[in-house]
Amino acid sequence: MGDTPSPPEAPLVTAAREGQRRIIAAADHAARALGIEPGLDLAQAQARVPGLHIVPADPAADAAALERLALWALRRYSPLVALDSPDGLLLDMTGAAHLFGGEPALLKGMIARLKKTRIAARAGLADTVGAAHALARFAARPVAIALPRQTSEAVASLPLAALRLDPLLIDSLRRLGFESIAELAATPRAPLALRFGAEPGRRLDQIFGRLAEPIAPIQPRALIQLRRGFAEPIAAPETLARYTSKLSEALCVKLEQQGLGIRRADLLFQRVDNQIQSIRIGTARPVRDAARLARLFIDRLESIDPGLGVEAMSLRATLTEPLALRQRNALEDETGSDIAALIDTLANRIGAEKLYRAAPIESDLPERTVTRVAPLAPPGVAAWPAPWPRPLRLLTPPEPVETMALLPDHPPVHFIWRGTRRRVARADGPERIFGEWWRRAAEEAATRDYFMVEDEAGERFWLFRSGDGADPASGDLRWYIHGIFA
Amino acid sequence: MDRLYPRRTRLLAPQAKLARMQERGIAQLRARIARIEHRGRSRHRVLPFGVPALDERLPQGGLACGALHEIGGNGFGAVHGAAAALFTAGMLARLSGPIFWCLSRRDLFAPALAGVGLHPDRVVYAEAKDDAAVLLCMEEALRHAGLAAVVGEVSRLSMTASRRLQLAAEASGVTAFVLRRWRSVAAAEEFARTTAATTRWRIAAAPSSPLPVPGIGRPRWIVELIRSRAGECGIWEMEACDAQGCLALPGELADRSAAAADGRYAVTA
Repeated sequence: MGDTPSPPEAPLVTAAREGQRRIIAAADHAARALGIEPGLDLAQAQARVPGLHIVPADPAADAAALERLALWALRRYSPLVALDSPDGLLLDMTGAAHLFGGEPALLKGMIARLKKTRIAARAGLADTVGAAHALARFAARPVAIALPRQTSEAVASLPLAALRLDPLLIDSLRRLGFESIAELAATPRAPLALRFGAEPGRRLDQIFGRLAEPIAPIQPRALIQLRRGFAEPIAAPETLARYTSKLSEALCVKLEQQGLGIRRADLLFQRVDNQIQSIRIGTARPVRDAARLARLFIDRLESIDPGLGVEAMSLRATLTEPLALRQRNALEDETGSDIAALIDTLANRIGAEKLYRAAPIESDLPERTVTRVAPLAPPGVAAWPAPWPRPLRLLTPPEPVETMALLPDHPPVHFIWRGTRRRVARADGPERIFGEWWRRAAEEAATRDYFMVEDEAGERFWLFRSGDGADPASGDLRWYIHGIFA
Repeated sequence: MDRLYPRRTRLLAPQAKLARMQERGIAQLRARIARIEHRGRSRHRVLPFGVPALDERLPQGGLACGALHEIGGNGFGAVHGAAAALFTAGMLARLSGPIFWCLSRRDLFAPALAGVGLHPDRVVYAEAKDDAAVLLCMEEALRHAGLAAVVGEVSRLSMTASRRLQLAAEASGVTAFVLRRWRSVAAAEEFARTTAATTRWRIAAAPSSPLPVPGIGRPRWIVELIRSRAGECGIWEMEACDAQGCLALPGELADRSAAAADGRYAVTA
């Protein structure tokens, strides 16, 4: 992770002192492009690149910045975030990628967000910590994903440096002719251990998942967190549920003292085998109702595998918002809050972006007139203007149909769609719709003539002809079906 | 002869008494059944269609709220379910309160719902990945009494699943609508299998109302009530929902008796 914002014009490096030498500690993209790598002598670098912008390295500030970034990742992406010092973060995304639209979308979105704050980042995702670490740093593409159970193939061709070994060790291995991870993995283990110790074997086992590698998640002081240890490990679902309720109650008391409500909370289960399992819940509005909070967690308890037992549970208020004390009025309409609870429950089950309301936006093209808004967004003012009826089902994209149209400005006499031929008995139209030239140049001349047609059985369809019938630039004159009326 | 008359009255009197007793007994039994059926539940509201021909067929003079209703299409309509969905939207428009609409396919076009008076702000969509997830979402939503109705688009609906929805709807008073949508016309044969729904409807598109000029008039549907608990079935040709979500009998049929209309369309449909 290149982590320092730079003035865009000059290549930027940070310089650190190592004994009597001053060396490059980190270099930005522009500097790397000029051949300046970390570890190079500063004087040498200055000789190579005249206008080099040099900032003294500040490891303490870097570490603090990484921790702030970790807190951001914790709030946004995963309940389990560990520092991969000095320049990386480790996120446990088990079972959470679908909430962000799949693994590639998750990583690309993450990198795009970091880029907005002028942090250049690379991302790797794999079954093991070691493989993800290696992919993020040494894969050819900035976003590298090893498919489930294909970690060994994904990391095989990566260089030895990806193995998290001591640089001196890597040097001696390379002197023996080892270049890639696959080559080292194919070597008999015993001679290797005899000469280089257990470390290369251990790192290989970690990267291929033969050796468990527990991560040490950060526990930010700034967040309200409650922990409960058990003298005897617990595993029964009822017991887990009971302690979930107890922790929720205790957390809500603390939140009340500070006038806060939960927007996102994590429940962590520390198993006796040192693995940590987690449940994350989110709410649409700040919540400080212990019963509701507990229910959101208990709803998802089945996703937790207690293994041989859970020895400690922690409940953390990851994201909070001010929630003033509110006097409850018996006459108040409670339906609004009721829906918020339902939306939270469903959002934690199917994903928050799968719950939405349809809202009108102004557009001439029918498929662009609907947008999604959050289910609890303030009510919109207008509905769609309705000069013409709109179909109940809209096909996206419109499907081409074969037609027989006798006159240019008339609806077709019949059309064939999905293998069925329908004779048009009645029709209404045309309704002419122009492309939105201010969006894309290709739409400048585009025209569609919409017809509502009814076949002999009474099925009603929405057809359009691309083009105005005269100017070839306005469309290809082909017919499409765009919707089905009730 | 003289002696026969009093003997006959003696004979008749116990019979009449017996009949009265029987009637009372039946009334008591009915009340007991009703109590068993609605034990611990309040009786829910009824949503009339505003069309006497339909309403008088339904046991309480309208569609029962707090119950499960199942709506399917016919022919090609079983695949896209457009008429079934708009028929449902028309009923929802005449209820008040928020609505949950659970679906697994993304082709519902909200402006059409607004066209029958269902304001977009009232509808929250829940996009689930398959039928099973849709049913789970529906059941969860049905527990929340603050909603007016919950709609789900599914292709398969087992007896067990429908019973669960029916019980959840009865308990909370939220009305449940299941829209049946199949992948193919052939798969729609499954609709013949019965479920625990209080009413089951089949809505098919029919040629629109004739206009004096070329064009498409007000759409019409063949509305078929194929099952109604404690009620009769029926089939009607109706004009589709207007901007307030109301159905109507076609003009040329409205002044005829419902029975005559039934007779005609039971044959043609």
